[in-house]
Amino acid sequence: MNIPVVNLGAILPAIMLSLFGIAIMVAEPFVSDAKKSWLGWLAIAGTIAAMLALAPMSRQAGQWYTNLWIVDSYSIFFHFLFILIAAITILTSMNFLQREGIHHTEYYALLLFATVGMMMMAGSNELIMVFLGLEILSIATYVLAGFRRTDLKSNESAMKYFLLGSFSSAFFLYGVALIFGATGSTNLIVIADSLRSGDPQTSLVSLAAALMLIGLCFKVAVAPFHVWAPDVYEGAPTPVTGFMSVGPKAAGFAVLLRIFMTAFPTLEDRWTSVFWIVAALTMLIGNVIALVQPNIKRMLAYSSIAHAGYIAVAVAAGSEHGVSAVLFYTLAYSVTNLGAFAVVTMLSRSEDKLVNLNDYAGLASKRPGLAAVLSLFMLSLAGVPGTAGFAGKFFIFKAAVQSGLIWLAVIGVITTVVSFYYYLYVIVQMYMRDPNEEFADVRTTGPLKLALAITIAGTLYLGILPTRFLDWTVSAAVNALR
Amino acid sequence: MLQDWAPVLVFLILVTGFAVVSVVMSYVMGVKKPNSRKLAPYECGMQPTGTARERFSVKFYLVAMLFLLFDIEAVFLFPWAVVYRDLRIFGFLEMLLFIAAILAGYIYVWKKGALEWER
Amino acid sequence: MLELALFYIFGTIAVVSAILVITQHNVVHSAIFLAGTLLSVAGIFLALNAEFLAGVQVIVYVGGILVLFVFVIMLIAVERSTFERQFNRQWKIALITSAILIGELVYVVYQGRDTFVLAEPAVPLVQGAAGNSQQVGMGLYTTYLLPFEIASILLLVAIVGAVVLAKKKTQTE
Repeated sequence: MNIPVVNLGAILPAIMLSLFGIAIMVAEPFVSDAKKSWLGWLAIAGTIAAMLALAPMSRQAGQWYTNLWIVDSYSIFFHFLFILIAAITILTSMNFLQREGIHHTEYYALLLFATVGMMMMAGSNELIMVFLGLEILSIATYVLAGFRRTDLKSNESAMKYFLLGSFSSAFFLYGVALIFGATGSTNLIVIADSLRSGDPQTSLVSLAAALMLIGLCFKVAVAPFHVWAPDVYEGAPTPVTGFMSVGPKAAGFAVLLRIFMTAFPTLEDRWTSVFWIVAALTMLIGNVIALVQPNIKRMLAYSSIAHAGYIAVAVAAGSEHGVSAVLFYTLAYSVTNLGAFAVVTMLSRSEDKLVNLNDYAGLASKRPGLAAVLSLFMLSLAGVPGTAGFAGKFFIFKAAVQSGLIWLAVIGVITTVVSFYYYLYVIVQMYMRDPNEEFADVRTTGPLKLALAITIAGTLYLGILPTRFLDWTVSAAVNALR
Repeated sequence: MLQDWAPVLVFLILVTGFAVVSVVMSYVMGVKKPNSRKLAPYECGMQPTGTARERFSVKFYLVAMLFLLFDIEAVFLFPWAVVYRDLRIFGFLEMLLFIAAILAGYIYVWKKGALEWER
Repeated sequence: MLELALFYIFGTIAVVSAILVITQHNVVHSAIFLAGTLLSVAGIFLALNAEFLAGVQVIVYVGGILVLFVFVIMLIAVERSTFERQFNRQWKIALITSAILIGELVYVVYQGRDTFVLAEPAVPLVQGAAGNSQQVGMGLYTTYLLPFEIASILLLVAIVGAVVLAKKKTQTE
């Protein structure tokens, strides 16, 4: 009998978030509605505690819990990103929940649990753990998508997300089962070793890898597995849409890279070509369909599909440049997109309704500050120099060219130019149209200002001085590829 | 090993056989003199009212769902109980942690009033 | 030999009742055939010497999930659903695409048949005891300690989700 080594330090951020999540959940029925905003601050405290817990975690580099759990700079980077995403989403949501009269503060508990699920995906070295994390994340997000229970669209969103999401989980699980049948293990390193020693090109292994790939592609919404995204994003409560467009996407790419780099390096030439097609298709579809969207949430949904396409370019590029570009881009995109969704949340006002592009007409003359902030995020999403989006796209296309994927880089640049149209259209609406209304009921509260401050600072910092974070992502990529 | 389950198989065959035989025998040998009273559904001697296919309240769904979740929790206890002797205090502590988390969920469900029928 | 015979018996029952689940007009009948499928899968587990899984299959799936299904069926109007069309107009296309997908899967698995090293049926850890629950227990509570504890978070998420989505509104809302 062998008792495994229990190293709490290696999973300390996840423990922190779980404890705070449980505390919020248990406290929920005891706290009166008037005081429930305190639970939001408790959730913020949880993210701060988790952020602080990254320091002891980073000292525990190595494999833990009978090699199920891995601590390296790759997993620490994603832990950092997930906590950041959770914190910004909570800050954006606090005002939203109050405004919509949603007194269910389980919302925060679910967000924290979802973040724990994402951590389990990024830090695990083992497919069963990945699946468990994926399910925690997915179930929490299904519920969050349907959180406005009286709203039909929110119900539709939750229902569609649930049906397609569980379908894709089944694909992933089938892949795991087949790889277990072929190699006798679910540990990524053991799988890689057994593929190296045996014949790695067997069709069974390819099938298993393909099924896992399909499952994960659903989760990150890349073409041709993207069709669920616009409806789900449109119906979900706006802060949840912001979370869904970055959180599961980042976690999905984290686990995708981890699985394919660690377990299937022997199949690299095959999945690179698959990603070539996926990336090209996703960039084209996302950007072209986004052109004709009248609703900003749908527009941002297609834009998030397009951005997943850019990340897929870096995945196809492989190598340490490609991987570090994936990490950098997910960070840059997350910060920018969360900022954009914070503004959209603020402007959607009661009933979460005013989300059409022409509702933004003349915003600049009434609320110049807000218009300027949203313009910054749109420019960053488009990839204008000086913003996080530009730095991210630059590293991705550089990695693609270095890996010889010239044509993919060309498609990427062309579709980026296309994307300028719909991002700039928002700015045109705000600055060059006459206002239809006074925007008097748009309230900027403390938490929202804080969220905007973080995202603005992040967007500019990553755009102007990307080196610090780039060094981090490069070292994480080197670590993960070893 | 599979042979260890032979008694279960015999038991299953006997049970199925008994059920089939008693139904068939009573059908073959019984005297049939139907009237409307006899053909009506038996409801403990009461007069049947309305159809049996009434829609249930959504409350049943919540109860069933919560039952299922705590059921799964209980399933984890079976393999734990059979190795408890070997795991000693370590096994006790890990299960304590698991139960504590579920207990928190239970307190939440209770205080939320999800177990109350009327509200 | 016996294992093989049992596998084919239970497998046939499982597949036939699974087909009946989706072709029956009355959803209550579907639920009963679903019980048949689930029980015969439990039988397959038993034939493979996975007693613990067989037990879990009966306790959780037949005793829990199926009951949940029946409750959900009772929530909707059963009478009306028997008159509704079973399949929508796309069923032919769906059938063709599913057939192609299954064909591909069968082909690929057939191609990779040499890489399938069929594992010997597990030998019970404790001799004389007819059960692999001990093995499952040792694996779950030592090697897979972390996933086990994480599973509690998954259950919590499900509990919270069920209460949030299904509980009737309180007066304060």
